[in-house]
Amino acid sequence: MITELFSTTVLIGILASGIRLATPYLYAAIGETFSQKSGVLNLGVEGQMLLGCFAAFYVTFTTGSLWLGLLAAIAVGALMGLAMAFVTVNLRAQQGISGIGFYLFGLGMSDLLFQRLMGTVETVQGFPKVYIPGLSEIPGIGEIFFNQNILVYGAYLLVPLAWFVLNKTTLGLKIRAVGENPDAADSLGVNVARVRYFTIILGGILSGVAGASLSIALLNVFQQNMTSGLGFIAVALVYFGAWHPVGVLGGALLFSMVNSLQLWVQVLGIQIPSDIAVMMPYVLTILVLVATVSRVRAPSALTKPFERDE
Amino acid sequence: MAPGLFVMKKMLYETKIVKMEKKMKKLAWLLTLIVVLSLSLSACGGSTAAPEEAAAPEATEEAAPEEAAAEEPAAMEPFRVAVVMPSAINDLAFSQSMYDALLLIQEEMGGPEMFEIVYSENMFVVDDAAAAIRDYASQGYDLVIGHGSQYGSSLQEIAPDFPETSFAWGTTSETFGQPNIFAYSASSQQGGYVNGVLAATLSQSATIGVVGPIEVGDAKLYVDGFKAGVAATNPAVTVNVNYIGSFSDVALASEAATTHISAGADVLTGTAQMVVGAIGKAEEANALWFGTQSNQTSLAPSIVVANQVYHWEVALREMISMIQSGELGGKAFDATLANGGEVMEFNPDYALSDDAKALADSTIQGIIDGSITITLP
Amino acid sequence: MRSKLSTLFDALLPIIATLAALAVGTIMLLLLKVNPIEAYAALWDGAFGSANSFAETLVKATPLLLVALGICISFRGDVINIGGEGQMIVGAVLATWVGLTFTEAPGWVVITLALLAGFVGGGVWGGIPGVLKAYFNVNEILSTVMMNAIAVQLMNFLLRGPMIDPAQAELASKIPQTARLIDEFHLARLAPTRLHAGALIAVVLAVVVYILLWRTIWGYRIRAVGQNPHASRYAGIKVSRYMVLALLLSGAFAGLAGAVQVYGVNYRMITDGSASGFTGSAGFNGIVAALFGQLHPLWSIPASILFGALLVGANKMQRVVQVPSALITVLNGLVVVFVVSSEIWRHRRQRRRLAAAGEEDAQSKPDQTQVQKEAGQ
Repeated sequence: MITELFSTTVLIGILASGIRLATPYLYAAIGETFSQKSGVLNLGVEGQMLLGCFAAFYVTFTTGSLWLGLLAAIAVGALMGLAMAFVTVNLRAQQGISGIGFYLFGLGMSDLLFQRLMGTVETVQGFPKVYIPGLSEIPGIGEIFFNQNILVYGAYLLVPLAWFVLNKTTLGLKIRAVGENPDAADSLGVNVARVRYFTIILGGILSGVAGASLSIALLNVFQQNMTSGLGFIAVALVYFGAWHPVGVLGGALLFSMVNSLQLWVQVLGIQIPSDIAVMMPYVLTILVLVATVSRVRAPSALTKPFERDE
Repeated sequence: MAPGLFVMKKMLYETKIVKMEKKMKKLAWLLTLIVVLSLSLSACGGSTAAPEEAAAPEATEEAAPEEAAAEEPAAMEPFRVAVVMPSAINDLAFSQSMYDALLLIQEEMGGPEMFEIVYSENMFVVDDAAAAIRDYASQGYDLVIGHGSQYGSSLQEIAPDFPETSFAWGTTSETFGQPNIFAYSASSQQGGYVNGVLAATLSQSATIGVVGPIEVGDAKLYVDGFKAGVAATNPAVTVNVNYIGSFSDVALASEAATTHISAGADVLTGTAQMVVGAIGKAEEANALWFGTQSNQTSLAPSIVVANQVYHWEVALREMISMIQSGELGGKAFDATLANGGEVMEFNPDYALSDDAKALADSTIQGIIDGSITITLP
Repeated sequence: MRSKLSTLFDALLPIIATLAALAVGTIMLLLLKVNPIEAYAALWDGAFGSANSFAETLVKATPLLLVALGICISFRGDVINIGGEGQMIVGAVLATWVGLTFTEAPGWVVITLALLAGFVGGGVWGGIPGVLKAYFNVNEILSTVMMNAIAVQLMNFLLRGPMIDPAQAELASKIPQTARLIDEFHLARLAPTRLHAGALIAVVLAVVVYILLWRTIWGYRIRAVGQNPHASRYAGIKVSRYMVLALLLSGAFAGLAGAVQVYGVNYRMITDGSASGFTGSAGFNGIVAALFGQLHPLWSIPASILFGALLVGANKMQRVVQVPSALITVLNGLVVVFVVSSEIWRHRRQRRRLAAAGEEDAQSKPDQTQVQKEAGQ
């Protein structure tokens, strides 16, 4: 039984599943990384995801265009991000709690709109798998890495892009400065508010896209609360990844791979109570983090509102 | 940056905030005044009386209701039903099945004026549900339904306080010996068995996958019945079962389906509302799907073979006539293939071979007349 | 110096913000073709309309208050505890186990033991993230989010396995619930309402927490660590230890909330597979209630009652005007966002007051960035 776990089919299956499962986590977590790097904790990611998820689905369902759906998700995410930015930057609200408020708002709103505009569960034709000539044919690797749809590829391309922006551009420098020491950044002429608006809205957009990746790419369906806690896990993964895009990638992959592993464990009939199997990704994430004890510090200004008059 | 500029910016910023604050404060007071006024006006209008009930929501409004043969003499007053449900009324699964049944009865009894339905959905918190049940009972509803096994405790507590009201809950067979509690359940293992028989017949890879939420209650019954059906038809067929640990994680359910397919399954089944994702994956892989709780054909018309659909109205009709003749409870109903509480609905767009169809029909008949017994673990 | 009106305004700020949020909700109600006056009248009625309604409000507020007390402690220690859901569950599990095992002991012994068990269970579940944070630098948001999910699976495993109600174990459908606690173990109730002694316990504990935070050395140290960990370390306070203590205590109160829910409301532990099915999201809502109460244990009492009123009233509103429950969630979210946003006016007013009093350092809540700069970071 256990040995079956190590057959090639299974291993390929686990890896391919893991890559797919990680996609929404990646989008949302990278977006949250930007926010947190600039000093803002956004716990409302789940709400933004759900609204983006529904927006993408509804627009695709009614117009038949996947790209319009994606655009809708981006727009909705940006709007939620704008609201969050206003509440966080201008009104300096307590970030953890305002995030929960936005989560509830997004959860309820997506459900409400679904009931009023659609009424029953429907499906759409989502983004198809993209076939890359040559690469997709490599046995094993081709199946895992190069047989996915475009939003999946987008998530992984986002990682080096995010790393580049954060570490190699002036914008990234400003973001990090604002997150570490907003007063100093401010006195150097950086517009703290504008930077934070940017990162929060970007975070919102990416959360919206994460939602879209579920409803019009991976699952092709919408249902109330279908993200089921995904957004909160994504926020947790930012801490796991120590605010580095590559670390976040590692976290998302670890979590998703273990999840797909536990699916296989159950499918292969290995005698573990299903609840214990389902627990595995969460337990392992903590254990791995404990094992890799690091002295990484959070951005110093994380969760602290910026006040000019100091 | 020039210090003067800095100071100026700071001053402007400050002033803006102060002005905004003043405006906001005024607005807040104004809003407070308006809300307080309106609340007090309504309070004067006598608010604690029985509130205006909207009958069935607009989403599925029937046209001129057909007068089906009335099961019982037309009541003088409308029959009022309140139902508390753990998930949404359009979840294409458990809750929807009850809601659809109530709508059917409403149509049969002559529309919203004769049969009033009110509902509380998404009452997954037992506490809130209990408050709702108590509230409905105190408003004089004829029948209060707690559609969820987690509501039993609450009903046990509340029913004695309202001897004039009839309560019903499911899925269970426990009436606590109370004269005003009905219980209803579904022997979902029966439909599971039929699905299993068909699945074993149709599977060419001899591997079948099951996606379930948590190994409890209705889900467990269905899956156990399914496995029994497969085993009775072809013991060589492997059934892989995956309980994903949640009723709402669509992504995980869908990945579970993909995992099954990668493990070689060409027939899948599952239960509870999160399987909508799994059905999509089955369609992508051209695997067949067997559904339960409600008719899931619309999600994937090309691969859905059959669904076990709950028709709660069978039990409901009997309950209602019992209530109207003065008996408020004490009976447990079971939806079975025999009494029509469970119906196997086949997808007309799926071309089932004659042999397979005959096998299915004989299995159903066998369960109904008792010649087939389903042994559960 | 401070006018009476201004103090009143500060105290009423959360209420004003709530009303503003409900005003926005009015627009949504109108869009849904619901009469907002009728809706809000139902909300008021559900929360305060009768003795029974008010009792329901208090029942709802009890776990909120207990969780809020824990949050007061943790937030003042500058630790974010969003693991309330999991801590409630673990506390409840342990407490239920006590009640099911020691069935021969006298009632008051078992109840005390059970509540203590709840305290300990939640404390352990909160202490683990505390230890992970203090000694392994694992951020508490990550660990508490993960522990929440783990707790749910643990609950499912126990409730459908070792701890299942023997009556249920007989049936083929195993409803995941424990056996009912015997009558001697129920918390006293103010019949005919559901108001139970747990509410009183919560209020007493609020006073205890107040004393703890401001009149004991541990509370002082927790607050010191929360305001300035570096200065505290220089002063000889073992920062790590107090971080752990803050999270531990915070979890303990949440665990107690879970135990109280079992012994006061349902008399058994029952789940539908999700966290909020048991907790009613009290783990999250308690955080909001603590914020409403300015993170002060005594102010958390009216704050919890008000928030509880909102939740109970909203459920009633859903029943009366038959809006989708999703709207209630939206309103919940709006209220949280508005209240949290309104804090700025409190700070601005305090700042201007202090500035007017001639102080240059206008801070009512110490700002860490500022203090860290001073501490030579």
